[in-house]
Amino acid sequence: MTRAPEPSSGAERFHEDWARLLSGDHGTAVHPGLLDRLVSGTAGLLRRAQLDEPFEPHLAAEAGAQLVEAQFTDPIVLARAVELLQRQPAADGRGPALCGAFAAGWAAALRERTLREQEAIRTAADIARKEAEKALRASEARFRALFESAAIGIGIGDTDGNILAVNKALQELFGAGPEDMIGRRVGDLVHPEDADGVWDVYEELVSGKREYFQFDKPYYRQDGEVVWTHLTVSLIRDDDGSPQYQVAMLEDVTDRYRLQERLRHQATHDPLTGLPNRAAFFERLEKLFEDPDPGARFGLCYVDLDGFKVVNDSLGHDTGDQLLSAVAARLKAALNPLGHLVARLGGDEFVVLLENSRGEQEAVAAAKTVLKALAGPVLIGDHKLAVGASVGVLERRVSTTTPGAAVRAADLTLYRAKEAGRGRWTLFDPKENARAVSRYAVSVRMPAALDRGEFFIDYQPLYALADGRLAAVEALVRWRHPQLGVLGPDEFVTTAEETGLIMPLGRWVLEQACGQAADWIRRFGDAAPQLNVNLAVRQARSAALVGDLNRILDSTGLDPARLQLEITESTVVGPEDEALRTLHGLVEQGVSLAVDDFGTGWSNLAYLRDLPVSGLKIAGSFVGDLHDPAKDEETGWRIVSGLVSMAHALGLTVTAEGVETRRDAERLRVIGCDWAQGWHFGRPVRPAEIARRIAEEPQGRPVAVRGRAVTHGG
Amino acid sequence: MRRPNWVPEGTDLDKPNAARVYDYYLGGSHNFEVDREMARKAIALWPELPQIMRSNRAFLRRAVQFTAERGISRFLDIGSGIPTFGAVHEIARAVRPESQVVYIDRDPVAVAHSRLLLEDDPGSLVVQADVRDVDDLMSRPEVTALLAAGEPVAVLLVAVMHFVQDADDPWKLIAVIRDALPPGSALVLSHASLEGRPDQAEDHQRLYRMTPTPLTMRTVEQITGMFAGFDIVEPGVVYLPQWHPDQPEAVGEHPERMTGVAGVGFRP
Repeated sequence: MTRAPEPSSGAERFHEDWARLLSGDHGTAVHPGLLDRLVSGTAGLLRRAQLDEPFEPHLAAEAGAQLVEAQFTDPIVLARAVELLQRQPAADGRGPALCGAFAAGWAAALRERTLREQEAIRTAADIARKEAEKALRASEARFRALFESAAIGIGIGDTDGNILAVNKALQELFGAGPEDMIGRRVGDLVHPEDADGVWDVYEELVSGKREYFQFDKPYYRQDGEVVWTHLTVSLIRDDDGSPQYQVAMLEDVTDRYRLQERLRHQATHDPLTGLPNRAAFFERLEKLFEDPDPGARFGLCYVDLDGFKVVNDSLGHDTGDQLLSAVAARLKAALNPLGHLVARLGGDEFVVLLENSRGEQEAVAAAKTVLKALAGPVLIGDHKLAVGASVGVLERRVSTTTPGAAVRAADLTLYRAKEAGRGRWTLFDPKENARAVSRYAVSVRMPAALDRGEFFIDYQPLYALADGRLAAVEALVRWRHPQLGVLGPDEFVTTAEETGLIMPLGRWVLEQACGQAADWIRRFGDAAPQLNVNLAVRQARSAALVGDLNRILDSTGLDPARLQLEITESTVVGPEDEALRTLHGLVEQGVSLAVDDFGTGWSNLAYLRDLPVSGLKIAGSFVGDLHDPAKDEETGWRIVSGLVSMAHALGLTVTAEGVETRRDAERLRVIGCDWAQGWHFGRPVRPAEIARRIAEEPQGRPVAVRGRAVTHGG
Repeated sequence: MRRPNWVPEGTDLDKPNAARVYDYYLGGSHNFEVDREMARKAIALWPELPQIMRSNRAFLRRAVQFTAERGISRFLDIGSGIPTFGAVHEIARAVRPESQVVYIDRDPVAVAHSRLLLEDDPGSLVVQADVRDVDDLMSRPEVTALLAAGEPVAVLLVAVMHFVQDADDPWKLIAVIRDALPPGSALVLSHASLEGRPDQAEDHQRLYRMTPTPLTMRTVEQITGMFAGFDIVEPGVVYLPQWHPDQPEAVGEHPERMTGVAGVGFRP
């Protein structure tokens, strides 16, 4: 190989042109030193290809390959290079062959490079995908392990409710194999004791309206047993957010549930008979009163065994207990099919509750069923025991009574049934009830009740109509009876009078009330109200009263002028009545007297002027009659007005009782009535509430209707 | 929220990928048809894109050389992509043969490719991590080892932060990295700017919205803000060709047409 002499000026020009060509475009990204070496190397090769003898086309091909190696892969570079080479004068017309060799070298290198890089990127993508798959498999394996070995039952279903997968714990929970469960539908897993709404929220979940829910839910196992679970269901959405799967997690809470049930059963059932106990009965009864339908009725049959005590005492508690169990079983068998609840209240007392009574005859029918069920003798061991029972029947509209009053009434009706002779039912009668309450209450407990502190006093306010001031309070005795609940004076005072128990009770009331009034005066001075205390007829006829009062006023320090005693029209029946002397004795001590319930006793008005009274209370029925649609209201007002005028003519202060509306209060004020009392002004309340009113309502209570007060006032 | 690391990142070859599109712009063949399709569309809309990418690559080269000449031999290349042509370790070792580089990319294909290329190079390590989960990135053993010596490290965020959306707070991410760097460390950053070609910005960003890596171009002021805590070397944050050109004439008449801005800062 010989080297031809080269024209240096041409070579330099080519080198410059070549360098300019490569420094553009891609060359800008290449390190200048590297670019210099590339320019020199390739220019040298091309130069030799042009001039060397013999012609070595591979030199030109090598130059093309070096460009590709340095990432001069843009075809424009090739076009420009060929253009430049073609302009070079070449020996023996080898120019086209040289350009061809250069282009072929460039293209071959580019092809190799492209294939290599494609191979590399494919390999890289492959590796990356395998890595990702490996990671995914590892992740899946972890999830699978989590799913399979979880102690909690897990099931996966689609949103149509098809069960797709269940784990071991869930299979064990259901006592079923995967083949029993996969392919079943979630909707088939309904149980009669499912909580309200569980299937509604399920529908919300699978339709994408909620993300999860939790419930305690029972399921039937494969063997038919019931398993209670704490169920959590979550919704899985796809990438677009559409519901895709549901995942249910179930925790077996059967033991916990059974324990709760047992505790609840123990709390609500009588261990001897298995019947619902007193607490359960009251819970059911009170539920009836929570939100009753208008017109809803209920019935109670109070049942007491006749002669149980004899069995118990003579044959022993064990036999007694067996008898009670047998009776309970009979009652349950006879009444539960009718839809009635039978409960044991304690001892030999049972009750039947009719939750949706259709009328009195249904309750009576239930009572007859009770008697019939117990008619046959009961076999206990060798004993053939004849048990009978008495039944008190109460059947009422729910809205007319309260649970406490209903139970008391049923109990007293039972008491009447027993008194009337055994083995019979008796129907509730309001009048009999009131009588029975009084008699029962007083005869059984009253003597001890005072000592036991079962009495207390509420105070009902009396307001002055002219200025709305709290003028007086009336002391009203209450009895917190251990069995009957709180009784009002109308329920026990009459009987207390009949038995003479009114004397110690009356003294106690006077003592308590005077002490309370004195305390208010000490605390509030003139703002404290006058005290009104009722005097029973028997008290007024007692010679000891004056002395008692004297002592009480002394011990409590109450100013007698702040005390008014209320008597009824029947206290004094004639001018020679010995009660008159007592009343005068009281007035001489400085206390005032008022006639209570005036207008109900057909009293001789002539006596009124002889009585040492300074006040008169118009019976509540007069104001009450104003609202009776059967009676003419204006006539009523004329009567009230007449009573007020008459009282004023006698120099008496007049109080209207039973005032329930502001309108009535206003009209009474216009008529000239002095004081008023009634629900419009306040019911009887605890002394603390009276103290609050004195302290917080120094202006009293509004009486006049705004605007009208100006017209009629003064 | 950080995903638990036992849920694997997928490789989605059906979508164009920024690293492979970039390779295509630079004349490489480390790409698939989806990448090329996307790149062709982009070039049709904006014919200068290959030139812009070359300009960016040239900045990377100059900046690595610059920091190596200033004594740095540890490099953290975040968003390294497919470093076939002018890789950081090659450039750096031309100045400092002992240079170590940790390449980081979030794309598993780019990472696998880099590993293939670099498996015989003990001074170059490849980590798959995402700068948006910067705490995870900075706690990788390869990264902590690079920082542990206490020697200055050059952190390269070249054409990367415009793939981080405002919601991920790129400024905060850089601050977290900065606080882990020894004194004398450098930040090398380039970023697509809104000012260079405001006429192209919207179309271009729209095109990248179809990739897993949408593009957020930012103002020079916002980009300069990324150097908080660094002393920016002269001439500051400028258009790519304007940053320390090899020759004055290499800047060209319209450096703003390269649209990207770049800068280098040192941590005091």
